[in-house]
Amino acid sequence: MSQTLSASTLLTVAVAPLVGALVAGVFGTAFGGNRIGRRLSHSLTIAGVALAFVLSAMTLWSVAIDGARFNQTIYTWMVVGGLKMEIGFLVDGLTAMMMCVVTFVSLMVHIYTVGYMEEDDGYNRFFAYISLFTFSMLMLVMSNNMLQLFFGWEAVGLVSYLLIGFWFNKPSAIFANLKAFVVNRVGDFGFILGIALVLAYTGTLNYTEVFARAGNLATLGFPGTDWMLITVICICLFIGAMGKSAQFPLHVWLPDSMEGPTPISALIHAATMVTAGIFMVARMSPLFELSDTALSFVMVIGAITALFMGFLGIIQNDIKRVVAYSTLSQLGYMTVALGASAYSVAVFHLMTHAFFKALLFLAAGSVIIGMHHNQDIRWMGGVRKYMPITWITSLLGSLALIGTPFFAGFYSKDSIIEAVHESHLWGSGFAYFAVLAGVFITAFYSFRMYFLVFHGKERYDQNPDAHGHHADDEEPDPHAHHDDHAKPHESPWVIWVPLVLLAIPSVVIGFMTISPMLYGDFFKGAIVIDGEKHHAMEELAQAFHGAAAMGVHAFTAAPFWLALAGVLLSYLMYLVFPAWPAAIKRTFSPIYVLLENKYYMDWFNENVLARGTLLLGTGLWKGGDQALIDGLLVNGSWRAAGWISGVVRRFQSGYLYHYALSMILGIFVLMTYFVWR
Amino acid sequence: MTLTLGHFLSLGAMLFALAVVGIFLNRKNLIILLMAIELMLLAVNINFVAFSYYLGDMRGQIFVFFILTVAAAESAIGLAILVQLFRNKSNIDVDELNMLKG
Repeated sequence: MSQTLSASTLLTVAVAPLVGALVAGVFGTAFGGNRIGRRLSHSLTIAGVALAFVLSAMTLWSVAIDGARFNQTIYTWMVVGGLKMEIGFLVDGLTAMMMCVVTFVSLMVHIYTVGYMEEDDGYNRFFAYISLFTFSMLMLVMSNNMLQLFFGWEAVGLVSYLLIGFWFNKPSAIFANLKAFVVNRVGDFGFILGIALVLAYTGTLNYTEVFARAGNLATLGFPGTDWMLITVICICLFIGAMGKSAQFPLHVWLPDSMEGPTPISALIHAATMVTAGIFMVARMSPLFELSDTALSFVMVIGAITALFMGFLGIIQNDIKRVVAYSTLSQLGYMTVALGASAYSVAVFHLMTHAFFKALLFLAAGSVIIGMHHNQDIRWMGGVRKYMPITWITSLLGSLALIGTPFFAGFYSKDSIIEAVHESHLWGSGFAYFAVLAGVFITAFYSFRMYFLVFHGKERYDQNPDAHGHHADDEEPDPHAHHDDHAKPHESPWVIWVPLVLLAIPSVVIGFMTISPMLYGDFFKGAIVIDGEKHHAMEELAQAFHGAAAMGVHAFTAAPFWLALAGVLLSYLMYLVFPAWPAAIKRTFSPIYVLLENKYYMDWFNENVLARGTLLLGTGLWKGGDQALIDGLLVNGSWRAAGWISGVVRRFQSGYLYHYALSMILGIFVLMTYFVWR
Repeated sequence: MTLTLGHFLSLGAMLFALAVVGIFLNRKNLIILLMAIELMLLAVNINFVAFSYYLGDMRGQIFVFFILTVAAAESAIGLAILVQLFRNKSNIDVDELNMLKG
């Protein structure tokens, strides 16, 4: 083991953001009496995250170059019987990569926030939250046992809740954060059931020990059914991932989470937290490999998400919601890759996606500031003249997203498509179709947004409900004194520097890392694939002849032409013939209405699930609690006692001869009984 | 006609029945109540003596002595209560005495 991987280094990585969060959160807010100012609190939190990033980068270096590994329990929280609850770190390729992605994106977002939240009253609170988030996410990815994983899982969920509802005066934000919380609970319920099953059958929560006993699990059946136990465990765990990674049908919270400030949309709802589910499934690959049924389930869910959430992105007009649906669709891609047993490809896409999607979100935030808090892309256009840096970085991000050869997104997305193509599980045909069609759709909606925002006629002065009056879609506008017809302006350096820093990996990271990550030893020991049953990765490895060759080869393959077609179509529809979209909308109005209502998922959830639960609850309350327990059992027993004593007290007349008679009669009865029995 | 055990038992039963009827037909006087109880005990005593004689076992007659003693004590206490009652309520009418009612 390398010298650089010590427990204290790893502990510092996790704790540094926590310290920043505590100081900024306690002393920088009214909670601790506003003792420190904005400058100190953002310096402290940025320093904490920067320290975490530097140490993570060093960790990644020693893991990748020296092959160092770390797996150690550093604190035992409690021991109950045979169950040990511990805090420990497991660092291998997967963890080291996640640590770097999390801390890097978090650092960028911290810097960006200095500019973005400049005029917000909750400045220090915001920094405390995002640092706390960084800590929670690091605890999640660095964990070496399921309990700590679950802790991190819930902690990032909590911070997500806090940040979606950051502007707690906005009813829509409160609704959205509650929704996110409730939907995530549904997923977490499955997740904790899965963990409990693992614990019940292996008696331990430690990854290494669980995986060592995975072979035994595969031979067992789920009690009372003829299901395989391992399938039940994997599906339960994956339900957790569905909640956190916003997979169909638990995706409904993610678009609404855009109510939060843009930096957290980039950090939490695009780059890191929503990928926790993908990370978790990749981490549990030794379990998932044992169940083809669970893998098929994963793949089909992912394919549905990848395709149908992409459709929704086409009709959105809010710049952040377009990116949000694109995130959903890309998460679907990652899930499909998991289902195809190409865990390393999924994690690879997770990494490239983290960079370019964080970039796109931050660029969207920059546009929003430049447009004076207008988020509606119908009232943008021609912005490239005013915001050149945002324009260029957005273009790079969009190109990466749609999978242009040699960009980061190309390598990961193309590998996913190939991996699905090689998979022979049930549902892989549908998944292959979904991811291919998804390429076209992704290109179409990405460039629809790009063209509408950065090209075409300048429409920002035609907005009928100019900024600040559209309570649902817009952020609270602290500077209403702006002239409605003010030109867009480029954002300050704290905003564009992170964009540039994120644009660099968005372009090059795929080219640089594809061979070690997918075909090298980087994930050795972290990701386990049963080569005999699932040979997608082997086939990919045989077809792979270096990153450059892969990029060149792409020009002859279907995904590239599909993406190009998507770009061209959006170019035609939104720049050359602007009348087309309206005409298409009229022609296919039933489909448009279906998409506009997001397949009626929200309607279903609110009217069937929520109302049904409410009805059931009311029924149980009125029928069960009030009528049965309160009415019959509690009130009924005192009424019965009262009635019986009312009858009995009539016997107590107070007359001696009545008592004497009853004594004599009693004696007669007893004697008769003893004599005649 | 010779006296048999049945005659004695019949006499005891009759006395006992008389006492029972006395207890609840009497609505007037507490003293009659006490007397009826004494009568009941005497009916029991007759049974004891009769069985003792016919079974040739003296233990029954010893019981009679005990019962007579206890009955005397009980009458004394009953009369004492009665005197106290009369002092408090100025009558000993059974129908008026329902203070045992809760």
